[in-house]
Parts: sequence; C-alpha cells; structure tokens
Amino acid sequence: MFLSWLPENVSTFGRDIDGIIALIYYITLAWFIATMGTFAVFLVRYRRRAGRPAGYIKGDRWREVAWVLLPCLLVLVLDLWIDFKGARVWAKVKIESPASDVHIRVTGKQFNWVVTYPGPDGRFDTADDKTFLDEMHVPAGKPVRLTLEAKDVIHSFFLPNLRLKQDILPGRSIPAWLDAMKPGQYELPCAHLCGVGHSGMKATLIVHEATDWDAWVGEQWSGSARPGEKT
Amino acid sequence: MSHASPTVTAVRGPHEATGFFRTYLYATDHKMIARQYLLLGLIMAVVGGYLSYAMRWQLAWPDTEVPGFGFVGPETYNVLVTNHGTIMVFFVAMPILLGSFGNFLIPLMIGARDMAFPRLNALSFWLLALGSAVVLVSFLVPGGAASAGWTGYPPLSAKAEYTGVDWGLTLWLLAHAIEFAAFLLGGVNFLTTIVTMRAPGLGFGRLPLIIWQQATAAILFLLSVGPLIAGAIMLLMDRIVGTGFFLPERGGEPLLWQHLFWFFGHPEVYVVLLPALGAVLEIFPVFSRKPIFGYTLVVWATIVAGALSFIVWAHHMFVSGMDPRLAMPFSITTILISVPFALAVFAMIASLYRGSIAFELPMLWALAFLAMFTTGGLTGIFLGSAPSDIYLNGTYFVVAHFHYTLISAVIFGGYAGIYYWFPKMFGRMLGTRLGQLHFWSTLVSFNVVFFPLHWIGIAGMVRRIANPLQYDMIAPHQWINVVSTVALFGLVASQLVFFVNFFVSQLRGRPAPANPWEATTLEWTTPSPPPHGNWGEALPVVGRGPYEYSVPGATRDWLPQRTGAAAAEARP
Amino acid sequence: MSAATPTYAGTAGAAARGKVGIWWFLASEVMLFGGLISSFVISRLGGSAHVEHDHLNVTVAAINTFILLSSSYTMVEAYAAAERGDRRGMRVFLGLTVLGGLAFLGIKAYEYTGEITHGFTPWAGTFWSFYYTMTGLHALHVLIGVIANATLCLGARLGLERPYRVELAGLYWHFVDIVWIFLFPLVYLS
Ligand code: HEA
Ligand code: HEA
Ligand code: CUA
Ligand SMILES: [Cu+2]
Repeated sequence: MFLSWLPENVSTFGRDIDGIIALIYYITLAWFIATMGTFAVFLVRYRRRAGRPAGYIKGDRWREVAWVLLPCLLVLVLDLWIDFKGARVWAKVKIESPASDVHIRVTGKQFNWVVTYPGPDGRFDTADDKTFLDEMHVPAGKPVRLTLEAKDVIHSFFLPNLRLKQDILPGRSIPAWLDAMKPGQYELPCAHLCGVGHSGMKATLIVHEATDWDAWVGEQWSGSARPGEKT
Repeated sequence: MSHASPTVTAVRGPHEATGFFRTYLYATDHKMIARQYLLLGLIMAVVGGYLSYAMRWQLAWPDTEVPGFGFVGPETYNVLVTNHGTIMVFFVAMPILLGSFGNFLIPLMIGARDMAFPRLNALSFWLLALGSAVVLVSFLVPGGAASAGWTGYPPLSAKAEYTGVDWGLTLWLLAHAIEFAAFLLGGVNFLTTIVTMRAPGLGFGRLPLIIWQQATAAILFLLSVGPLIAGAIMLLMDRIVGTGFFLPERGGEPLLWQHLFWFFGHPEVYVVLLPALGAVLEIFPVFSRKPIFGYTLVVWATIVAGALSFIVWAHHMFVSGMDPRLAMPFSITTILISVPFALAVFAMIASLYRGSIAFELPMLWALAFLAMFTTGGLTGIFLGSAPSDIYLNGTYFVVAHFHYTLISAVIFGGYAGIYYWFPKMFGRMLGTRLGQLHFWSTLVSFNVVFFPLHWIGIAGMVRRIANPLQYDMIAPHQWINVVSTVALFGLVASQLVFFVNFFVSQLRGRPAPANPWEATTLEWTTPSPPPHGNWGEALPVVGRGPYEYSVPGATRDWLPQRTGAAAAEARP
Repeated sequence: MSAATPTYAGTAGAAARGKVGIWWFLASEVMLFGGLISSFVISRLGGSAHVEHDHLNVTVAAINTFILLSSSYTMVEAYAAAERGDRRGMRVFLGLTVLGGLAFLGIKAYEYTGEITHGFTPWAGTFWSFYYTMTGLHALHVLIGVIANATLCLGARLGLERPYRVELAGLYWHFVDIVWIFLFPLVYLS
C-alpha cells in the first residue's frame, strides 16, 4: 500500500534507505493491524446490550497492567531495532563518503540550480570551469562528490530516484555524495520553500553510461581528462 | 451543605455580571471566556478552512480561477500555505483545545468558582483576539501577507526582497508575539488554578485526566515558548533594525532559527494533542461505563512524553545541514516517544475491554480520534527514523502525517469534547440527527482527503508547491490531487452541517438536564449551564476518584466524585 | 464540611495564588533568557566575530552591577517592612529600589550612547546585535520592575498596600537581578 509508491531507485544507498522504509512499514503495519483489530473486536463484543453490565477493571494491579506493559516493552524493542538498523544507513549516506574522482558543485539560487564542474584542473573558480543551468551530468556506477551551496535563501537538493535530500544553507558548503546505478534522466526538484519560484524550481539529472560519460566529458573539455580528475 | 438546585436558573452567584458590556466584552467569568474562545476559534477555523480550499483547488486544477476566491498564482499560494498553517495551529487549535476547554473545565472539574486570576484571564482572551485581528489585517497591507511558511525560516523571512512581502511578515511575527503572550498568561493562570484551587478532597490522584493533560500542555508551552520569543525578537530586529542574527552575509546563522523554532515547535504539537487526548480520556469511561484503565500509568505516560518532547526537536532538521552526527541521537529519542504514546493507546483500548459501549456522538468522535491518531502516530515513525526521513522530509508524506495527528486532535478530539460538553456549556442538547450526519461524513471525507496524500508524498511530491503539474514524476499521479480536493468539498460541507446544528441547537435544542450522560466528574453536579460562581453557597467536596463506573455492589453504575446531597440531586 | 478527607487549598488566598503564579511566570522567563543566552554562547563558540567586547565600558558596567545588587537589598528591606506592618519603611525602601532601577537604566543609556557614537550600533556585527538585544531585553524588564515598584509605592501612600504584592514584586525584581548576574560576566568579561 505504501512501498509500491516509491519511485524507482537508482542509487546504491537508495537500497538501504528503501530497506529502512520497508522495515518500518512492516513493523508499523503489524501494530496497526494488531491495535485496530483488537479495538474493532472490543467495539463489537462489548457494545451495550441490555442486562450485561460492564466489568470494574481499574488496571491498578500488576496482573492487569502487564497486558499493556508487555506490548510496550515489545514496542521498545522494535524501536531499538529501527534505530540500530537506521544508524548504519544514516552513517553510510550522510557521514562516511567514498573516495571519488568526480566532484561537482551545485549552487541553489532563486530559482535555479547552477551546476559547476571544475574542469581538468580539478579546481573550482578557474578558467576551465564549466557551468550548467538546471542540468547535471554524472557517470553511472561511480561515486560522485558534491559540494552544495546556496546564494540567497535555503534550498533543498532532492533527487527522489536516488533517495538523496540535503538542505542547503547560504553561507556554507555542505558535502554530499551519490552513486547512480542506472543511466537515464531524473528529476531534481527543490524541496524547500524558497520564494515565489519554489514551485517549478527543478533541474534534470542525466546519468551517463560509462562510455557515454567519457564522450560527454570529451565534448565539454575537448580533451580526455575528466572533470574533477587531477591532471 | 450546598443546596444547588437542578433547575437551570435557580442558583445565582453573588456577583453575576449584568449588562452587555460586562457579560460579553469585559467578561471575567471563566465559562463566558471559554465560549468566547470557542467562537473565536470557530471563526478562525472558517478562515483557515477557506484558505485550504483555495490551496487545494489550485493543487487539483492549477492556475484556474478558484470559485469564490479568484486566481491563485505561486505568489498567493505561498501566502495561503503560510497563513493556513499559522491560523490552524495558533488561532484554531490552541483557542479551542486550550482556551475554550481549559477555561471551561478547569474550575468546574476541580470545584473552583473561577480561575485564579479572572481579570488576567479576560486579558489573555482579548490579547488573542487582537493577535487574530493582526493576522487578518496582514492580508490587507501593501505587499500582502506572510509567505515564508508557517515555520518562517530565515533568510527567506528575514529580508523583504526574498519574498516581496514587507509589512505582512512583520505583522505575522507580531501576531505570534501577541499570541504567545496570551497563552503564556493563560498557562500561568491554568497552572495556578490547578495547584491552589482544588476542592477539598481532590488530591492530584483524583484529578480527572483532562486536567492532567491541560496542566502538562500548559507547562510544555511555558517552558518551550521562551526561546522562540527570543528568536522572534531577533528576527524582528533583523527585519527592522538591520541586525544579522540569521543572515549569513552579516555573520549570522540561519540554522539558529530552526533550533529555536523547533525547540518550541515539537512540544507545541503535544500542547495541541494533549488536551484533545484528555477529552477523549474523559469520554471513554462515560460511554463504556468503566474506569479508565491504568489511571496512574496514563498520567506517567503523559509526563514522560512531555519531558521527552524537549529533546527531540532536531527531528525536523535531519537534513537541514546541521552536523549529521547529531541526527541519530535525536532519531532515537524521537522513536522512543512511541513508547509512552503506545501506553496511552493500549490503555484506552484496554478501557473498552468488558465495557458496555454506547455509540453516542461524543463516543463516536472519541473512537475515531483513537483510530486516526494511531494512524498519524505510526507515520511519525517513518519520519522519526533519520535515514528514511532523508527521503520523506519535505514531501506530502509529512503533510499527511501531520494532518492525521493535528486533525485527530483538533477535529476529532475537539468535536468529541464539544459534543460531550455542549449540554453543560449551553444548557441544551446538540441535535443528534445532524450530529450523526456530521460525524460520518467528516470521518469518510477526511480520510479520502488525506490518506492518498501519503501515496503522492512517497511518490516524491514536495510540499509548498503551487503547481504539481510542473513535475514529470507527479503529473501521472495528479488524479490523487483531484480526488483529495473533491473530497474536501465533502469535508467542508460536513462542517456546515455542524455549524447549523451548533447554532440551531443553542436556540432550539432540547433543554439539557444537569447530567445527561450519567457522568461522575464534578462539572455534572452543577445545573446546565452552571450559574455564575458555579456552586451556589458551598464548594463541593470530593470523596472519590473520577471514574467510578460499574463499581461492584453499588446501587447504580456510577458514583459521583462529589459527596453529599448535591451529588445525589444531579440525576440525569 | 466535616468530610474526613484532607482539605486542599480550595480557598487558597490571593497571596498563595499570586506566589504560585509568579513562579510559573518566572519559569517561562528563565527559558526566554535561557534561549537568548544559549544562542549567544553557541554563536560565540561557533566562532563568529566576537572580539569587539573590549569596546565596552567595564568599569561603568561594574558600578551598574553594584547599583542593581543594592536595589535587590532595598527590595528585601521593603518586604521586611511590609511584613512588620511598617508602612513608612516600606514606602522608603520601595522608593529606594525604584531609584536604584532608574539609576541602572540611566547608566545603561549612557553606555549605549557612548557605544553608538563610536559606531557600535546594533547592526555593527553579531556581537553587537546580541549585546543590544540581551541587555535591551533586560533593561525592558528593569523598566517593568520600576513601574511595578513605583505603583506599589504610590499605592502604599494611598493606603492600598498589600504586603504580599511587595513579595511578588520582590521575586520578580530578584529574578531581573539574577539575569544581570549572568549577563554581566558573559557580555563584559568573557
Ligand atoms: C498533534 C500533532 C502531532 C503529533 C501528535 C505528532 C507526533 C509525532 N510526530 Fe509529527 N509533526 C507534526 C505534528 C504532530 N506530530 C507537524 C505539524 C509536523 C510538520 C511541521 C512542518 O514541517 O510543517 C510534524 C513533523 C514530524 C517530523 C518531521 C518530518 C520532516 O519534516 O521531515 C517528524 C520526524 O521525526 C515527526 C515525528 C513524529 C513522531 C515520532 C510522533 C509521535 O509522537 C507519534 C507517537 C505515536 C505512535 C507511534 C502511535 C501509537 C503507538 C503504537 C500503536 C505502538 C506501536 C508503535 C511502534 C512499534 C513504533 N513529525
Ligand atoms: C490544526 C491544524 C490544521 C488543520 C485543521 C488543517 C486542515 C486542512 N489542511 Fe492543513 N496544514 C496545517 C495545519 C492544519 N491543516 C499546517 C501546520 C500546514 C503546514 C503549512 C506550511 O507548510 O507552512 C498545513 C498545510 C496543508 C497543506 C500543504 C500545502 C503545501 O505544502 O503546499 C494542505 C494541502 O492539501 C493542507 C490542506 C488542508 C485541508 C484540506 C484541511 C481541511 O481539513 C480543512 C477543512 C476544515 C474546515 C473547513 C474547518 C474545520 C473545523 C475546525 C478545524 C474546527 C473544529 C471545531 C471544533 C472542535 C468546535 N494543509
Ligand atoms: Cu529553491 Cu525551493
Ligand atoms: Cu516534531
């Protein structure tokens, strides 16, 4: 009911995130069925009927209280399970980042994504930089390192198909990474209210096949060095 | 002993106010103030609902003329979202659930004649009315009303050039300041009343649960709002004086606002939830003729959840750019909150076990609250897990989550309370036929409006966008937006049914007996509506706990908290 | 009313109510200043430019601190006098407290003027923004205290005194003092 609505995942860590979502889904679904099921059964069974008085159960003795405390204990255990599994995925996506030789700077501004490649010298703000408006190219199957910046207000870098989201604060550089597995074109909306043009502030992510990527790089810099790669 | 008479008019307190001015404008009687809050909340609900209608129309059929509103472009859309959120949370939910229920019930349920500081109480209400007026006026100033979201994140909100809104946003901040002052004074009043004015015999262990919930809500508010007031002052200074607290180019830090906002914001959602939960906890025993299961446990669950709510705020900021190493600690505390709430939910379900459940209107709303809140609470777990929130943050899944939780509080909990205490408040019974229609149509249409929003959120639709069709991923799912909006027409129509019922019943409803539901708590031993001063000559004396239903060996299935003759007189 | 159950403060007097009320109020005030002060500390630890505080006049501020502390003492005396039923003493000490508060505000205004004429306006940098916001909000609280004490003092002249109100005003006044005791070292000395 929920999981099938997820858009196709094409990133490596996206699988882990989907795994967490699925775990939570099954746990909460089970509880939903259990609590609502009991609830419904009680409603039907104990509806008012003439000649059947209610019981007097205050729930102040341990034997009674156990009926709610034990399930709570189970909830606690499941909570911790979600936390432990989650911690690993969180660290993978947001804390550790793999070595990468493609480095891209994405700048959010009212109301576009400005995507900058450092060019063959591997450094930003030099003559061989290349800048694209609302268009971002990455290779498939390779980790890509991102530096996220914002010019004016807060924007949020969101790649639904890669399960990646990161708010961007003006005045800071925020690191992120991604590793796309499948070539194609994907939407890159801004996920944080940033003014009148927030609606429709989006870019396209183009994931190139390895060979295709080399061709694209060649086209851009008319040499064989890859953007971000030190020469 | 007291000689309270069961008829409606007999007992008059010593200083009943007379004249229009004293009765309505400068009213200090807690019951009148409660009615004023209710009316204000209902008026603002109409405004908030109207804004949501324009917003949803735009989402379903982007850039078409909205009947009865006009054209909504992206600019107006942002104004709509912002003010819808602000009005619903601060000027509908709080006035109704705290202002109205708190004021009406606290003195009546603890056996006092009024609040501890009646004039301060009137001041709180009028401040709130002023705050509401400021919000409404902000629509009329040049540049229009605030449009930086109900969370008002800077830098967007800190400089006029980012949104094009100048005065509107300043007024929006001012309205908050006034609202906070109103509920700060109100909270002090609530707590003082509960601590110092309980009737003889009414120990803390015998307080009705809604009083516990109101007290906890008041404490949460008092202790969390300070930092946001500080933040609001700083933001105002950034806008007016030219300081740079939140502006990076002047050495400021935008994240600071988010911390201050959510340090308040998360406790705030429980400030709204707890009184509604309290109302439901009052209603369950009455209509299942059983004590609430585990009174002490429920009190502890409330306190623990309240305490935890102070250390979870950064779950709104997992991907905000704060140090990612902070995320997991906040994720863990957030998910742990499910334990006290699970306890409350299980205790409520256990209270039904071997009950004698009557599906009267207040009970229907209360039961629906339980189901809707469980749904909304469980979706909160998806968001509380930091890694899954990477994906879900800022999508309509969040919108669906918080409408299930907030609306279960405001609409389901709120109506449960209104249907239950209406006879006491207005001295007449609320019509049941229209009531049934109202309940079932609200329940069904609410779910059709909001459940599918989970799906479209999971599919990747982000919040606060004016035109979903601009997104290739969302366009194929646009039917969901249409269904949701069409169902909203039903939801709004259902509320019209309520409004008709509400006003007609006040004039023509069947006169209410003192205790129509055979309930045990103190308020039901006063006439309906209670006279000025509430108790006639002598204050009530409390002899037992609040939920003594179906006590073995008793002659009838309820034993009122109040002892003595007056209790016996308060027969239905 | 011969119920055997314990009696609660169902008829708690205005004094008891006032005291409970003021404590809850002060709790929220603690959070207000706490929020502001923690923001300042965090911003400072975060390394924003905060060097400018040597442009503050520490000597004058130290004198001001002394004045405010003394006014707390006169407030205590005012309450003691009120308790004794010594109307004159109460008026005198309340009057002194008001004077102390006014002196504090005067000196603060002098400090502000000096700073602003040297170009250290509220928008001159993060430190100055915090400085003016924190001390300004505190000064506003001092002003409210001065008004409250002056009202009680005048009320006493008209024979309207309520000793418990002096106690409540005193609680508030001490709180305002304590806030300053946090602000002074934080802003001027660190
Ligand atoms: C009344 C209002 C209310 C309530 C009660 C809640 C309750 C909860 N909320 Fe919600 N929330 C909001 C109102 C509310 N929320 C609002 C308004 C926002 C959005 C603000 C904005 O951005 O505009 C929001 C946003 C929000 C976020 C941020 C999402 C984002 O922006 O990315 C998160 C993340 O953790 C969250 C989590 C939770 C959790 C864990 C609970 C818990 O308290 C729920 C606990 C209850 C249960 C879990 C159900 C009962 C338990 C069981 C049946 C047992 C089984 C359970 C398990 C095994 C887990 N909420
Ligand atoms: C209590 C809070 C509350 C309530 C009741 C509602 C009610 C509704 N909300 Fe709202 N909503 C918010 C709080 C609330 N909302 C918040 C905080 C936001 C976030 C804003 C932001 O992003 O900045 C939001 C955002 C929001 C969005 C997302 C917009 C976006 O991100 O682009 C949408 C979209 O569909 C929406 C729709 C609706 C609809 C159709 C209703 C309908 O249910 C409305 C129909 C209701 C009525 C016509 C009146 C109902 C009566 C009462 C409420 C009073 C009850 C009376 C008694 C108990 C006596 N809301
Ligand atoms: Cu940029 Cu929204
Ligand atoms: Cu929260």
